[in-house]
Amino acid sequence: MSDGFRIKGGRIDRAKPISFSFDGTVYRGYEGDTLASALLANGVHLMGRSFKYHRPRGVLAAGAEEPNALVTVTRGGGRSTPNLRATQVELYEGLQAESQNRFSSLGFDIGEINDLAGPLLGAGFYYKTFMQPKGAWAKLYEPLIRRAAGLGEAPRHPDPDHYANRFAHCDVLVAGGGPAGLAAALAAAQSGARVILADEQNEFGGSLLAETTATIDDQPAQDWVRATIAALNAMPHVTLLPRTTVFGYFQQNFLGLVERVTDHQAAPPSAVARERLWQVRAKEVVLATGAIERPLVFAGNDRPGVMLASAARIFCNRYGVLVGRRVILFTADDSAYAAALDLFRAGATIMAIADLRTNPTGPGVDAARAAKLPVMPGTVIIAAHGRLRADGVTLGAIGEDGAVRAAGDLPCDALLMAGGFTPTVHLFSQSRGKLTYDEARQMFIPGTSVQRERSAGGAKGTFALAAILAEGHAAGRDAAQKAGFTSEAHVAPQAKGDIPVAGGFVGAVPQPKGGVKGKAFVDFQNDVKATDIIAATQEGFRSIEHVKRYTTTGMATDQGKTSNMNALAIAADALDRPLPQVGLTTFRMPYTPVTFGSIAGHARGDLFDPVRQTPIHGWADEQGAAFENVGLWKRAWYFAKPGETMHEAVVRECMTVRRAAGLFDASTLGKIEVVGPDAAEFLNRLYTNPFSKLEVGRCRYGLMLNEAGFVMDDGVIGRLATDRFHVTMTTGGAPRVLAHMEDYLQTEFTDLKVWLTSTTEQWAVIAVQGPRARAIIAPLVEGIDLSAEAMPHMSVKTGTICGVETRLFRVSFTGELGFEINVPSDYGRAVWDAVWAEARKHDVCAYGTEAMHVLRAEKGYIIVGQDTDGTVTPADLGMEWAIGKSKPDFVGKRSLSRSDLVKPNRPQLVGLRTADPGFVPDMGAQIVPVANPAPGSSAQGFVSSSYDSAVLGRSIVMGLVAGGRARMAETVFITRLDGAAAPATIVEPIFYDPDGERLHG
Amino acid sequence: MKFSALALLKQALSGEPWPEQWRSPEPKPAYDVVIVGAGGHGLATAYYLAKEHGLHNVAVIEKGWLGGGNTGRNTTIIRSNYLWEESQKLYEHAVKLWEGLSQELNYNVMYSPRGVMMLAHTEHDIQSAKRHIHANRLGGIDNEWLTPEEAQAFCPILNISRDIRYPILGAALQRRGGTARHDAVAWGYARGASALGVDIIQNCEVKGLRRAPSGAITGVETTKGFIGAKRVGVVAAGHTSVIMQMADVQMPLESYPLQALVSEPVKPVMPCVVMSNTIHAYMSQSDKGELVIGAGTDAYTSYSQTGGLHISAHTLDAICELFPVVRRMKMLRNWGGIVDVTPDRSPIIGKTPVEGLFVNCGWGTGGFKATPGSGHVFAWTLAKGEPHPINAPFSLDRFRTGRLIDEAAAAAVAH
Ligand SMILES: Cc1cc2nc3c(=O)[nH]c(=O)nc-3n(C[C@H](O)[C@H](O)[C@H](O)COP(=O)(O)OP(=O)(O)OC[C@H]3O[C@@H](n4cnc5c(N)ncnc54)[C@H](O)[C@@H]3O)c2cc1C
Repeated sequence: MSDGFRIKGGRIDRAKPISFSFDGTVYRGYEGDTLASALLANGVHLMGRSFKYHRPRGVLAAGAEEPNALVTVTRGGGRSTPNLRATQVELYEGLQAESQNRFSSLGFDIGEINDLAGPLLGAGFYYKTFMQPKGAWAKLYEPLIRRAAGLGEAPRHPDPDHYANRFAHCDVLVAGGGPAGLAAALAAAQSGARVILADEQNEFGGSLLAETTATIDDQPAQDWVRATIAALNAMPHVTLLPRTTVFGYFQQNFLGLVERVTDHQAAPPSAVARERLWQVRAKEVVLATGAIERPLVFAGNDRPGVMLASAARIFCNRYGVLVGRRVILFTADDSAYAAALDLFRAGATIMAIADLRTNPTGPGVDAARAAKLPVMPGTVIIAAHGRLRADGVTLGAIGEDGAVRAAGDLPCDALLMAGGFTPTVHLFSQSRGKLTYDEARQMFIPGTSVQRERSAGGAKGTFALAAILAEGHAAGRDAAQKAGFTSEAHVAPQAKGDIPVAGGFVGAVPQPKGGVKGKAFVDFQNDVKATDIIAATQEGFRSIEHVKRYTTTGMATDQGKTSNMNALAIAADALDRPLPQVGLTTFRMPYTPVTFGSIAGHARGDLFDPVRQTPIHGWADEQGAAFENVGLWKRAWYFAKPGETMHEAVVRECMTVRRAAGLFDASTLGKIEVVGPDAAEFLNRLYTNPFSKLEVGRCRYGLMLNEAGFVMDDGVIGRLATDRFHVTMTTGGAPRVLAHMEDYLQTEFTDLKVWLTSTTEQWAVIAVQGPRARAIIAPLVEGIDLSAEAMPHMSVKTGTICGVETRLFRVSFTGELGFEINVPSDYGRAVWDAVWAEARKHDVCAYGTEAMHVLRAEKGYIIVGQDTDGTVTPADLGMEWAIGKSKPDFVGKRSLSRSDLVKPNRPQLVGLRTADPGFVPDMGAQIVPVANPAPGSSAQGFVSSSYDSAVLGRSIVMGLVAGGRARMAETVFITRLDGAAAPATIVEPIFYDPDGERLHG
Repeated sequence: MKFSALALLKQALSGEPWPEQWRSPEPKPAYDVVIVGAGGHGLATAYYLAKEHGLHNVAVIEKGWLGGGNTGRNTTIIRSNYLWEESQKLYEHAVKLWEGLSQELNYNVMYSPRGVMMLAHTEHDIQSAKRHIHANRLGGIDNEWLTPEEAQAFCPILNISRDIRYPILGAALQRRGGTARHDAVAWGYARGASALGVDIIQNCEVKGLRRAPSGAITGVETTKGFIGAKRVGVVAAGHTSVIMQMADVQMPLESYPLQALVSEPVKPVMPCVVMSNTIHAYMSQSDKGELVIGAGTDAYTSYSQTGGLHISAHTLDAICELFPVVRRMKMLRNWGGIVDVTPDRSPIIGKTPVEGLFVNCGWGTGGFKATPGSGHVFAWTLAKGEPHPINAPFSLDRFRTGRLIDEAAAAAVAH
């Protein structure tokens, strides 16, 4: 195909031709083109299909606001990106793009049948039907609708690209690099402020990139842009970010930016991130985000070839593309004349300039008249014709009485609309600033600021270039000043010769009496027509939020950038209420859609969440341990020997501990050092147990309750000195316990002198458990008498092991003689190796968390979070002994006397002896009174712990059973997922060595 | 006018406009019952008051536009596989009503039971999931355990690789769980209630609760003046504490921002709802084609609907790990709502210490699914002055007696 619509000029690089394909056809473009401009150069206007009616569509705009020309770009390796706006896809050699949402081809789409059925498919039609018969929605209608809905297709393969993330601070962030933004950035930078200037386009300059007549400081506008960029580039404290969208404005002047790093490259280096998320904390912000032109609402305004005048001007001046040879303009705004003049000079025939205004004036109108262009005041377009491409219009004349009468047809191949501009106030609004409505100019502009920002230029409704530059300059200076930089007197750039935006129109354009055949679109992508909005108001939807949701206007991927104001005006008109009273929908983050990958950044794979490893992790790994995730920790789960199953490994580990001994890495155990003159009193208040009388060198089991009186954590607490405690807690509970302690210390117990330090990672903990434990460690320990008399169960001593300082605990979570060796983490591995070497002489093994669970369950030791679930009191666990009866208070004490917590028949922890010793119930199985309870029955409790015990040769089960402790020897049933509930007898929850003889060995 | 395919056809041929779906009246001086908050729960309450209890002199007072609170902001997950018997009864009551709601209201609420799958990533998750399954089966509620392979068969884009940070070890599936169209629920109830005589008064904020010397409620002070009421039901989600404070009732509620986001619309890829409490993310796909994604609440209490970017970021990390094919897709819209969270993560539905004042709140992150059931039992409570057996356990009093219904016991977020 030939690029027959390519003309001279523009900013493309003709020395660098590019071939690319669209729907399989190969075309030619140039470096500097977008997909849209290159297709238009090849005479291709039909680029997409609309959402509901599958109407053929061409480009409407030239930038981020484009609703129609959405494509999927694929680039190998599973890289497929749906819903890209062709107007923002930069061309590269070999680019492959496909159209979307059509069944068969863009030219012939079966979905277009919906267009004929249009009258049936008005606003909200789906709420009124598809209801019969019951259940048919999900089975029949919904699948059909779902298939028809959606735009592009989700990628089929995992994304091979990676994404980067950066945090930055600056004095002044300027969003938008058009004339206002450039002037602001320059002014701020000249006063020494650290500036970040971000613009979503590949080049800075904004509207100036398509400017032909204006001069700035007596040079052509584009030369000024070049000089300004060069000046900014030369300043080291300025960061220029092209291809970077400021998408979100959060609290405390925190902004989210996304930089597209490689998408425009033909062969991106694999080491480079595809996109980079910038999270910027700015002292001050300048919003120079410009303004977006509005379409006019009339029948057929969506035909391919009908587009915004500003877009046609950009395609002409910036990309060297003529969007048509016989062009009609339909305008309510002087700036459209600039487009007419530029296209005319580029060789197009201007068939007509229909101006809604009866008496248009302005530099643009004057220039057009001088060039003898056919200016037609008081004229509307009643309808545009053509299906796959606009081929003509019906004109209408507005009479003295305001009535519209048809005034003949005109052929064309392009129709340009100019309804005035809407300031881009998205970021301002996201910052929670209050918009005000400018009645005269019918636009919302930034009003009161809430954060440290100011708007300038088009974003503020300022459209004359001289004023834009002055405003930008002033905003930049003001921002720098407020950030603490007093600038010298640089002067604002001076401009003249532009044809500014003046005038505009919101709502549906006047029509002849009796209406017009054909659809007049407000929201193009979602196919929302003016009549839909009127219908919604008739149906009682009076708030713009309701209208939006009912009609879906403004909810497409462009989020209403070109449609919201027209929709609002039509609704206000239909409701006969002032426009601002109907309201403006909220502008939500993000300004334009942001890739999930960019937001996720590096947090994927191994970096998805930090991995916490103990100092002994490497050893376990070398031994072939399987690990389980516990919170962020990786814990050794079991150590299977070659050929061993998990079950076999666990049996061996348990038996070895009971017979000889085992080594266990307990380093993940939570630890907090509680220090200070009031440390004991603090623990008295935080735990149910008393601590005042605990002797130095002794340990006590501590039970922690929440305010509601329910068990929240437990652990062993050792007293190292009168004012120093080594407090341990569950692995998963450590952060919660520290927060809980700090909360009380800082808000309730401010009278106590106590300091809390998390020491979980400071200590490696090596548990040596089993009859041989003492013999294993004895040769390595110095300065501690290990004898049963000097160091009984539940004591703690300091000394050295292998020459390393240690806090040695005599504690047991297995029911065997046991020690827990705490050594500074850095020595953890070395000490472990030494203990292991010693241990091997005694034929022992290392065991993992699974064996640990079995061993503790054999002894009936609970695990908080497994045998408790946030609804369990100490009494429910049979642990009244842990409550210090003489203590005046502790957290949760008052709640323990609430009526429901003292009622009989509460679930209580018991053992359950299954009739079939081989039956190991599911943890979580329900306890019921009969084998086959009717559906809807109540449970009497549930199984909290359930294992196969090797040493006992049968299953062991613990559970919480209503009134369980008074029901010893009673038979209950335990539910199974694969059949009837199985019988079990209620027994004491201790299965092995009930007298604790082994513990005190 | 009854909605149907035929009515659509007639209207298309005649070009006649549809009638208003609900009236927008000015308030009367007094009503038998005033409901504060025109969210789904408030509107459903009004509907059932009129429909089932013959109370037609009812007003629903809304400070903004009806359905604009959490009802219009939520991710619409519906399920009833809760842990405790009390919760199961409440949410199952709702699911039963969902099943016939479109027909009941003559409004297509698009209830779509396409299955809710909750993932297990740790041994602890497995235990918790199995406990739910056993408890649900006993309660007569469907819930089943799936292996990772079965989970992937149910949701083909799920990543069940063993080599990821938190591999999927299995899942609990409730096939009758699913989604519905949130706006349609609010609008359908509004239309139904309005037709039965209920006045829905929008853009009218309740500023005070007026009480007789006896302490009993006599009406509400609003931006449209005083409106008398024999009984007042407060159904104001995240702002309930503020309103109850007007009658000196302190509520055991904390209000947090909760965010959600959607992607750009794509053709169907996600046939069900998948939730992961452990890595804080869940996803479904709307009929329009948008992936609907949510997470946990922000960490701090707040009435600001702008949540932090880091919360969405963490959600999307998790989503991209679970569903790696979506990494190149884009976030289209992100928003937040204010959710009212109770200490036991279960709602409060019933009487208050103030005579004539009733409350329905505390639905936190998961009350959309309950909308029909909640409205149904709260209407009963307002009409009879006593709770329905289903909501009796959900009294405000339970925080005094300790009879909590702790659904947090098993899940951090309970959507
Ligand atoms: C992001 C998000 C995702 C969620 N996802 C789910 C989900 O997937 N599944 C699920 O089941 N639940 C979900 N929820 C929770 C669910 O949305 C709510 O529990 C439920 O919608 C609450 O309904 P409601 O009618 O009580 O509240 P709302 O819809 O919030 O209604 C309360 C109304 O009270 C009005 N009001 C407040 N103060 C006053 C006053 N002074 N005067 C007059 N009117 C007042 C408000 O304007 C509001 O309209 C989610 C919530 C959020 C925010």
